[in-house]
Amino acid sequence: MKLTLQIWRQKNAKAEGKIVEYPIDGIEEDMSFLEMLDVLNEQLINKGDEPVSFDHDCREGICGSCSLFINGEAHGPDRGIPTCQLHMRMFKDGDTIFIEPFRAAAFPVIKDLVVDRSAFDRIQHAGGFVSVNTSGNPVDANTIPIPKHDADRAFDAATCIGCGACVATCKNSSAMLFVAAKVSQYALLPQGRVEATDRVLNMVAQMDAEGFGNCTNTGACEVECPKGISLDYIAQMNREYLSASIKG
Amino acid sequence: MALSGLFLISFLSLHFFINMVSVFSADSFNAMSHFMGYNPLIQFVMQPVLIAGVVFHFVMGFVLELKNRNARPISYVKYNGAANASWASRNMIISGVVVLAFLGLHMYDFWFAEMNYKYIAVNTINETRYYEELVHKFESPVRTGLYCIAFVLLSLHLWHGFNSSFQSVGFANKYAKALHKLGYAFAIVIPFGFIFIALFHHFNHI
Repeated sequence: MKLTLQIWRQKNAKAEGKIVEYPIDGIEEDMSFLEMLDVLNEQLINKGDEPVSFDHDCREGICGSCSLFINGEAHGPDRGIPTCQLHMRMFKDGDTIFIEPFRAAAFPVIKDLVVDRSAFDRIQHAGGFVSVNTSGNPVDANTIPIPKHDADRAFDAATCIGCGACVATCKNSSAMLFVAAKVSQYALLPQGRVEATDRVLNMVAQMDAEGFGNCTNTGACEVECPKGISLDYIAQMNREYLSASIKG
Repeated sequence: MALSGLFLISFLSLHFFINMVSVFSADSFNAMSHFMGYNPLIQFVMQPVLIAGVVFHFVMGFVLELKNRNARPISYVKYNGAANASWASRNMIISGVVVLAFLGLHMYDFWFAEMNYKYIAVNTINETRYYEELVHKFESPVRTGLYCIAFVLLSLHLWHGFNSSFQSVGFANKYAKALHKLGYAFAIVIPFGFIFIALFHHFNHI
């Protein structure tokens, strides 16, 4: 495949960035998107140019490190996958592909396509945990009966890998789907109910303090989420938040 | 936004019902309009609450839009919003501004005229004037056209707004799917019903 890449290049967090065009040839459709960028970077290094910086780690859809905004969509045109699992067969020979970093005031660009997503870590630190030390004894956890429906929903919420696609794709740069998944995975389980009131208030307060936008329920986050986290979790969090606000 | 939106939805339903009566019976429409216009509870309690609800809804809408724009100071070079969200959900500010502009015209046409009639000019009570006033307003093709355009935009606003309001207040249970369908039906039936009423009076009285 022969492609034209339009890639956001930015030297550092303070520098002005711009789109730079890179023609590339010899791309196979079985390559992953990140492998295609590896090929480009090899060519750039061989020419003595600066390679394109981008986040990646496990490359098997688990870690949530990759974060590209491809042709106007978070993680590209495919559904239910992060960028590392996007394959070049999704594109046609001769295509022009725009590759940009995830954009949000709360996700500042560090370099090229790499953004600082530590805002998510700070939201987690504000309440995304259970304080009780269960001492690694599995018997304790299994002695608490949990309805299957609740266990399944908590598990589905816990599949969020915190990649930030929800923020990147939302027209308002809202982090509601991420925070809702993290709040819900605990709120649905008895172990998490103990701290549920403080958790939702603190995590939402931290989300607002980080400068994320407000949710207007467009549903774009659910569509682009590589783990298919449902909008229902946002409704769940809204309920949690309303009742926590009343309780104080 | 959600609570004020739901409040305005309930008002819109009542307004639609009264307007629809005008299609069937001028006398009933006059009786209902007179009741709404002279009942002290509606005039001095419900009307100020309604005006506060409208003002709150659009002021919060602008504040929300501004805050959300600031949350992404550098825009994408290529952003394919249509790939994952409806036009109606992404452009509530556009449909909202059109509806707000229409509301200005509507207030000028009916509310200011009514206030002038009752409290400034202090005219004598006439229980049968409402139907004629309504029909007179729909004689102009320009006004009727603007009315229809505004209600198409209101339909788009409700297409997203109805269900979004329930999502914001945390409604997600086994009735949610049925409620979604009801929301879409409401977004079509009510605005296009208003359009039907406008066209009915326009074509019946030219």
